[in-house]
Amino acid sequence: MTLPPAFSRRFLLAGAVALAALATAPALSAQEAQQGGTLVVASVQKPRHLNAAVQSGIATGVPAAQIFATLLRYGEDFTPQPYLAESWEFSDDSKVLTLKLRGGATFHDGQPITAEDVIWSLGVVKENHPFSSMLEPVEAFEAPDPQTVVIRMKQPHPAILLVLSSALTPILPKHVFDDGQDIKSNPKNNLPVGSGPFKVTAFEPGQHIILERYDGFFLEGKPYLDRIVIRQYQDANSGVLALESGEAQMFPLLDSTRLIRRLEKSGGLTVTDQGYAGIGPMNWLAFNTKSPGLSDVRVRQAIAYAIDRNFITKALHSGLSKPAIEPVVQGSPFFTEEVEHYDFDLDKSKALLAEAGFGEGGKTLKLRIDYIPDNEEQQRAIAEYVKAALAKAGVEVAVRASPDFPTWAQRVASYDFDMTMDQVFNWGDPVIGVNRTYLCSNIREGIIWSNTQQYCNEGVDKLMNEAGVEPDLTRRKDLYAQAFKQITTDIPIHFINEVPYHTVYSQAVQNPPVSIWGAMGPMDEVWLKQ
Amino acid sequence: MFRPILRQLLYAAALILAVLVLNFLLIQLAPGDPAEVIAGEMGGASAEVMAAIRQQYGLDKPLPTQLALYLGRALQGDLGMSYFYNRPVVDLILSRLGPTLLLVATALGFALVVGTRLGMLASRNPRGIASALVTVLSLIGYSAPVFWTGLMLVILFGATIPLFPIAGMIDVVKQGGPLVRALDIAHHLVLPALTLGLVYLAQYSRLTRASMLEVLGADYIRTARAKGVSERQVFGRHAFRNALLPVVTVAGMQFGAIISGAVLVETVFSWPGLGTLAFQSILARDYPTVLGILFFSTLIVIIANLLTDFVSRLLDPRLAGGR
Repeated sequence: MTLPPAFSRRFLLAGAVALAALATAPALSAQEAQQGGTLVVASVQKPRHLNAAVQSGIATGVPAAQIFATLLRYGEDFTPQPYLAESWEFSDDSKVLTLKLRGGATFHDGQPITAEDVIWSLGVVKENHPFSSMLEPVEAFEAPDPQTVVIRMKQPHPAILLVLSSALTPILPKHVFDDGQDIKSNPKNNLPVGSGPFKVTAFEPGQHIILERYDGFFLEGKPYLDRIVIRQYQDANSGVLALESGEAQMFPLLDSTRLIRRLEKSGGLTVTDQGYAGIGPMNWLAFNTKSPGLSDVRVRQAIAYAIDRNFITKALHSGLSKPAIEPVVQGSPFFTEEVEHYDFDLDKSKALLAEAGFGEGGKTLKLRIDYIPDNEEQQRAIAEYVKAALAKAGVEVAVRASPDFPTWAQRVASYDFDMTMDQVFNWGDPVIGVNRTYLCSNIREGIIWSNTQQYCNEGVDKLMNEAGVEPDLTRRKDLYAQAFKQITTDIPIHFINEVPYHTVYSQAVQNPPVSIWGAMGPMDEVWLKQ
Repeated sequence: MFRPILRQLLYAAALILAVLVLNFLLIQLAPGDPAEVIAGEMGGASAEVMAAIRQQYGLDKPLPTQLALYLGRALQGDLGMSYFYNRPVVDLILSRLGPTLLLVATALGFALVVGTRLGMLASRNPRGIASALVTVLSLIGYSAPVFWTGLMLVILFGATIPLFPIAGMIDVVKQGGPLVRALDIAHHLVLPALTLGLVYLAQYSRLTRASMLEVLGADYIRTARAKGVSERQVFGRHAFRNALLPVVTVAGMQFGAIISGAVLVETVFSWPGLGTLAFQSILARDYPTVLGILFFSTLIVIIANLLTDFVSRLLDPRLAGGR
C-alpha cells in the first residue's frame, strides 16, 4: 500500500491504524518484549518542574513525555500516528481538525480522560506555553461529545499535527489543575497527576525523578518497564562513568564527541544518532547585521567562505557531527540541497573582503566573537577556530568569553556583539523553531533566541508566512526552499553543524527511543532484556 | 560567662542583617537576569512570557523596593520562592542542609581524629621516619587542590577499582529498610568525605605536631616528668590537651571555609548538598535561593564560632574568666 503524505487533508481511521501497525511491527517482531525492570536514564538536564504545558525545553520534555499522553505521536519519520486520539480528519478547507479520542483512557488518579480535559489542556498551552506560534492560529477548541475534539483555526495551520505530539501539548487533568491558581507557579507542577504510561512518584531537584508504571495506561500491555529513574549528573563525564559502571543503562542527548568515541570503543554499549530529527539541534555563527562591517552582506559571505566546515566536523568533532547548510537540519522534511553551501574558498573570501574595502589595500576588519560558555566542543573550540581561520583572510578576531550563560544571553539579547556562536533547535516544524530567527516582526531587544541578528527581508517574511499556512506538503516544501535560499544568500547566520546528539544504551535496552522526538517521546515500548 | 555570649549574639544579629543587605546588593551586579535563564531553559520565549516572568517574581520593581520587600519577608523567616525551582527557598535549603552537614561533619571529624593522632605520633620523635612521613603526606595533602584529589579518587575507586559509588548520596534503585539506606548513604559518603577531609587532615597533623613540640618544651611538662608521671600520661593528658587548643580554634574558624570547600567536593561527586544548590542557583541567577544559602551559611559560621568559644573554654578553664 502507498502511505498517505504526512500532511494530507484527509487522513482517515483506516490509514492511521494501518500505519501505526506498520510503524511498531518491525521493532517488536524480532523478539517478544519482556515485562518489568528499572531503566536508569542518565541526564545532565535540570528541569524546573514537570508540567510541559507551561514549560518548554528538553529538561522538562523528557520526563513529561512519560507522565503525560498527547493526542498524537511520531515514529522514526514525520508521519503522525494515533496516540490518545485514535483518528483525525481535516475539513476540506483545512481549517477544522476533528479528532476522535480512544475510549476508556484514564488519568493516574483513575478519572476518565475526556474531550473536556483535552480542550482545557490545549487552552492552557495556547495561553501559557513559551512557543506562542504553536496554537496562535486556533480560534476555538470544542468538545461536542466526550470522545470528540474539534479545533477551529482562522487559517490552515499544517504544523498543528506536530504540535499535538509528544512533549509540546500534554493532556492535563482539568479536575486537578483547574483550581484557580496561576498554572505557571502551581505547586502541583512538581508532582503532577498525568495521563501517560508512567506516573511520577518522586522529583528531587538536581538529583532524580522516579517514574512508576501506570497500570491503567490506555494502551493494552504497555508500558513494558516497571520503572524509569532519571538520574541527574553534574556533567557528561560523570554520566558516562555511570553508564560504564552499570549504574545507568541509557544516556540520551550526549553531545561530547570525545566521550561518544570513547564509549563506542568500550564494549557492551550501543551508540546511535537516531532520535533527534524533531529537536533539530543546530550550531551556528550568528552575525549582528547592524554591527559596523558586518552590515555589508559581502563581508558576511566572505567570513563564511573562510570557514572550513569540514575541519570542524571532522577534526574538532571527530567526524560525528553533520555539516549544517541552511535553517533546518538534514532530517527535516523541509531540508533542501538548493542553497549556497559556502564551501571553503579562501580566495573568494579575500576577493569579497577587498570589494567591501577591507583586507589588502583597505582597512583591517576587527571583530569580536562570543560563544555560549560551558560547551567546549560545540561552542568555544569553534569560536577559537573561527578566529584562526579568519586571520588567514586578514580579519582580526578577538574571542570574548562569558563567565556563564546569563552573561552571554544578556550580551546577545541587547545586541552587544559582532558575531556569536549559538545553538538553536528547529523543534520539528519551521513555524515553531525556525521562523523566530529570521522574521522582521521578531526583532525584539532583550529576548534571547529572537531575531537577535536584526535581519529583515520582507520577501523572506512573505515566503515563510505563506509556507506556514500552506496545507499541501509539496508546495509548502517549495516555499520553504525559496525562503532558505534567500536566507543563505543574505546570510544573517552562517550555519556550521548539527549538534551531534547521541543516545548511548546498554545491551539490555531494547526498542530505545529513536522516534523523531527521541527521549522526548513516550518510552512505553522500551523494554529490558533480563 | 554569659555576658560575653550575649554580646556575641548581638553582634551576630547585626552581622546577619549586614550580610543580607550586602548579598542582596552584590548579586545585582552579576550580568543577566533570571528571566533570561528561564527563557534559555525553555529553548526561547516570547517578549510577553519574559515580561510575565519578571512580573511574577517582582523583578520589574525598582531595586530599593525589592530590597525592602525582601528584608521584610526575610525577618519573618520567609526567604521567598525559588525562581528556578518554583518552591519555597526554605524547603529547598532544608532538604540540602542535612547532606552538607553530614558531609562536612564526617570530613571534619575524620580530619580531626586522624590528623591530631598523626601529629602526636610525629611529635614523639621529631626527627624519626614517622615524623618525616607525616610531614611529606601533609604537604601533599595540603597542596593538592580539592577538585583534583576528588577527580583522582573518582578515577581510582569509581572506574579502575570500582569499590565506591562516585555520584549522588543514595542509590534510588536499591530498595530496603532504614539500615540498608543508612549503609547505602555511608557507602556513598566515603569518597567525598575522604576528599574534603584530606586537606584538613594535613593541616591538623601539621598543627598538632608543631603545637605538641612547643608544649613538650614547656616547664610544666618537665615538672611532670620530674615527678615521675609516665610518658603516656605526659603525652596524652598534659601535653595533648593543651596542644589541642590551637587546633580547635583553627578548626572552628575553618568551618566556614570547609563549607566553601564543600561546594567543590559536592560538585565533583554530585552530592545533593548546599554546595551544588549554590552553584546551580548562581548559574540560574536564582537570587532568592542564593541569598538564602548565604544566609544559612552565615548562620552556620556564627554558630560554629560560638561553639568554638565554648569548647575552648572547656579545654582551658582560664579562658572562661578572661574576657
